[in-house]
Amino acid sequence: MSLLEVTGLGVRSADGRDLISDLSFTVDAGSRFGLIGESGSGKSLTALAIMGLLPPGMTASGSVALDVPGMGRTEIVGARERLLNRLRGRAASVVFQEPLTALDPLMRIGHQVAEPLRRAQGLRGQALREAVTTALEEVRLAEPDRIARAYPHEISGGQRQRVAIAMALACRPALLIADEPTTALDVTVQAEVLALLDGLVSARSMALLFIGHDLAVVSGITDHVLILKDGTAVESGALLDVVNAPRHPYARELVSSARELDAALNGLDGGGRS
Amino acid sequence: MSAEQALIGAPDEQEAQAAPRHVSRSVTLTIGCVLVGVIVLVAVVSLFWVPFAPEDTSGRRLMPPGLPHLLGTDKLGRDLLTQLMIGARIALAAGAGSVVLGGVIGVAAGLAAGFATRWLDDVVSALLDILIAFPTLLLAMLVAATRAASLTSAIVAIGLAMSAIVARLTRVLVKRVLAHDFITAARTSGTSWPRVVLEHVLPNIWPTVSVNLALQFGLAVLAEASLSYLGLGAPPPNASWGRMLQEAQASVFIAPVGVIAPGVLIVVLVIGVNLVADGFRDVADPTRRRRR
Ligand SMILES: Nc1ncnc2c1ncn2[C@@H]1O[C@H](COP(=O)(O)OP(=O)(O)O)[C@@H](O)[C@H]1O
Ligand SMILES: [Mg+2]
Repeated sequence: MSLLEVTGLGVRSADGRDLISDLSFTVDAGSRFGLIGESGSGKSLTALAIMGLLPPGMTASGSVALDVPGMGRTEIVGARERLLNRLRGRAASVVFQEPLTALDPLMRIGHQVAEPLRRAQGLRGQALREAVTTALEEVRLAEPDRIARAYPHEISGGQRQRVAIAMALACRPALLIADEPTTALDVTVQAEVLALLDGLVSARSMALLFIGHDLAVVSGITDHVLILKDGTAVESGALLDVVNAPRHPYARELVSSARELDAALNGLDGGGRS
Repeated sequence: MSAEQALIGAPDEQEAQAAPRHVSRSVTLTIGCVLVGVIVLVAVVSLFWVPFAPEDTSGRRLMPPGLPHLLGTDKLGRDLLTQLMIGARIALAAGAGSVVLGGVIGVAAGLAAGFATRWLDDVVSALLDILIAFPTLLLAMLVAATRAASLTSAIVAIGLAMSAIVARLTRVLVKRVLAHDFITAARTSGTSWPRVVLEHVLPNIWPTVSVNLALQFGLAVLAEASLSYLGLGAPPPNASWGRMLQEAQASVFIAPVGVIAPGVLIVVLVIGVNLVADGFRDVADPTRRRRR
């Protein structure tokens, strides 16, 4: 079976609203899947449901199954906390949208990166310090030793997001969930972080679940997409099929606005994009 | 770059406006430490040496400052300086004892309440509100009524009343920290709840809680003085500043030092602790420290 199988997933809020209903998709080992939808459509909740980390009071129904080589197939919905904790980080791991709030403001970067390394790989002392430096180098951070000693507010947004990626990768997850990892970043930094993610995912042959609100960004890094609107899937399939023949009106809207932007950009610099 | 710098720059601008205050912070801390330090020094010295024995009533009654009684004597002929020095010990013990008791119970209860959801949370916060509405002195009188009046029962009473206040603060802080992405991020990498509490929750609530505890220390000193004033604190011959005030008030016009001296010392300790608390904020929180 696939690495991740979401079948008929529903998420209900504490006050009984259906935030996600009947969502199904699969992500194969080593493949890249995009989840697109406007703000509030339930993308982040889907990511949290996959990790078994829905906010208190919310309930999940349906099935989320993770099948990681060496760890067996595990049903996430309704699973016990201890079982989930063993899976988290190794089966799947998340990079969040807002890198400033995703890092503990009172803990030095080195300590935060060390924590999952220590737990997942059992490293201590000098070996742990070296692993932290390596982890920071792998996400292309210059001066890893200076960054390791810094607090989150002492480095830039792009650097923070690289640190968050390093932390997510520390346990060598089979599936990396990237929840709008570039939305909070500057445009130039966005491209760098996307390229970094792209390279790391290929190099480690991880599967990627990439979440975004912008078809142009998501299409650049994934090959299958699902379009989410108000908690339900309105379109899903291979990226080319969806882009070439969108059926649902919202999907058509997304595709045409992406095309318009593309056309406008082509018009600007005379057809050749640098 | 620009967006990031705007993001990082914003707090900097706020700090720039508050610059004079920021500079005065370290001055504040220094003055506070000196004031508290003097009292601590006096208390430590009193453990090894006092001018007269505390129960020595051989002096003339209500003597003015002079020799051999540097600050004079009280209405029983006891040396005032001796009483004040022992009082420093009692004031500090009352403050420290209540803060430790109130801090441990309060933070533990606040953590539990912070993790509670829905109805349990409502019940706990209603309970805390009721406890806080209950006057400390009344609670202290109840405790003193069930046990003998002593420094310990004063500390228990003040500490219990304090724990409700600390618990309410902790509960709110915990809820706020738990809503942050970095908690969810830690959980997505498989960090267990106890570790999340130790590594992330406690360090993040500590700057605010510790400053509050320092303020509570000052309030506890005042509360102990009030309890002693009412005869519910440490019994004689252990001189508490509050009881000294009470005993000296009848003769305030004949021997004003007996009222002024303990009054000044209470104020010095309370102000000192407050200044330390204020100055401590920056030390406890790296995001508030000045960037080099
Ligand atoms: N902690 C929460 N409590 C209640 N409602 C929530 C919570 N988190 C998200 N929601 C609601 O769930 C819906 C989907 O949210 P989310 O998955 O965060 O959207 P997005 O697609 O922007 O990531 C929104 O309507 C939001 O208001
Ligand atoms: Mg989101």
